[in-house]
Formats: sequence, C-alpha cells, structure tokens
Amino acid sequence: MSGTSADEIRKHVKVYVMVFVALMVLTVATVGVSYLELTIPLAILVALVVATIKGSLVARYFMHLVGEKKAVTWSLVLTAVFFCVLMFIPLFAMLDHTGQ
Amino acid sequence: MEIPYTVEDREDTGLNNVKLGIWLFLASEVMLFGGLFSSYVLLRVGAETWPVGASILSVPIATFNTVVLIASSVTMVMAWASLKMNDFGKFKLYLGSTVGLAVLFLCVKAYEYADKFSHDLYPAESTFLAIYFTVTGLHALHIVGGIVVNGYFVGPGSKMWKTAPEQFTNRIEAAGLYWHFVDLVWIFLFPVLYLL
Repeated sequence: MSGTSADEIRKHVKVYVMVFVALMVLTVATVGVSYLELTIPLAILVALVVATIKGSLVARYFMHLVGEKKAVTWSLVLTAVFFCVLMFIPLFAMLDHTGQ
Repeated sequence: MEIPYTVEDREDTGLNNVKLGIWLFLASEVMLFGGLFSSYVLLRVGAETWPVGASILSVPIATFNTVVLIASSVTMVMAWASLKMNDFGKFKLYLGSTVGLAVLFLCVKAYEYADKFSHDLYPAESTFLAIYFTVTGLHALHIVGGIVVNGYFVGPGSKMWKTAPEQFTNRIEAAGLYWHFVDLVWIFLFPVLYLL
C-alpha cells in the first residue's frame, strides 16, 4: 500500500467505513448468539466462525493484506502452520494422557 | 550511519524494512498468544467442569470494550489514510482519537479487574480466572505499548512529517499494523473468555 495515490485512498476510506459497520453487526451477532441455548460444541463453532470472519475483515482491509507482497503472505502462511501445530499439541497431550 | 530501505522497497522482498520488520514481529506475537490459546484449550479440555464466562464476567462491559477497540482500529487506519491524502490536521485528530479510545479501553478493563478483586476473585481462585487474568493482562500490556508508540507519534514524533513525510507515513503504517493486531487478538479473546 506504500505507493497508493490519494484518489485511491479516498475509495479505501469508504471501504473502511463499510468494514466498521460489518464489524459492529458481527459483534452484536456474536453476543446475540450467546443468548441462544446452543449446545457447547455448536456455540464454540459459531463463536469461532464469527470471530474468524471479523478477524479476516480486519486483516484484509485494515492491515491491507489484500494485494500485499508475497514475502508477507508466505511469512504468514508459515506462521499459520506453526500456529496450527501449537494448537494441536493439547490434543496430542490429551490422547497421550488417555492412552488412545 | 543511515538505516537503509526505510522508504524504498528492497529488491529481494519487494518490501521496505519497516514493513518487513513489523510483519516478522507480528508473526512472533501470533506464536506468543497462540501459546496461551493452546494452554487455554489444554486446561479447558482437561478440566472436569468449566464455568461459562458470562457467569463470572460482565458481557455488556466486554461488548462495550470490543466496540471501543474496533472504533480505535478504524481511527488508526483513518490516521494513516489522512497522511496519504496530505491532511496532517486530520491525522492528528484520528491518531489522538486512537490513543483516547485505547485509554478508555484500559480504564474499563481496570474497572472490570477492580470489580473482580472486590468480590475476592483473584487469579489463584480458579483455573478459569488464572487464564483470564493472564491473557487479558498480557493483552492490556500490548494496549499500553500501543498508547506509548501512538502517543509519541501524535506528539514529539510527528515532527518527522515536516522533514521526511514518506518515512513518517511508513512508521504510522507499521504502528497501525501492530494496533490492528492487538484488535484482532481481542476479537478472539472476547467470545472465548466471555461467551463460551
């Protein structure tokens, strides 16, 4: 985004406002869904899906990941892989603990 | 000695050093918070019972804080956009608002903590409270870091706009990337700790 012109930035500003509105709506949706009597696994799934949508809006538009250079994209892909490994460690620990 | 590639892009990565540096730093931050999320999963799956966050914590207060932090992310990106449009006055207004909203977030968080302590709810009370205070405390420290950096750019650091506007704009973009990351972490912390 370093070489973006002032005219293009003006268009981006409209997108930022739309993303802000979307984030507000999704925040209300997150809280609203928590008042429904969903089962715990379903509640976790819904909450994480909504949080992921909100997170990707922030990353794509506010952090300008849309159209970012490959060096950034690949660094983040590698980070995501390591993050997944980190999240699976508890699962492996539980399986080891229960002897499965 | 002058630091190279603060404005122009490197040939090998296609990025200037400011952006490359902040993204690598954020990658390390993902692993830091990832480790804590991983601990949360391990503790929760291994626990016989786990309280629903809303039974201990205040959802309306946390929702308010979520709105505050998202709004601060918007003002942050608008501060950067203002510089790109050569409007230094609006930049100051937006970045000042970002700092103000960050301080408001911390004040609300402090109120939340004080309320818990007044009911004898300390980290040692339960595993849930231990992970709650650890993760939100670390997040709050990141907010403090953001206030210091953005406060510097609103105040004395803004002099650079007159001498090296492009470099200053890059600095604000890097500060913005950090700030959006702090917002992104909260977007996940809010449902995980308060609603599930």
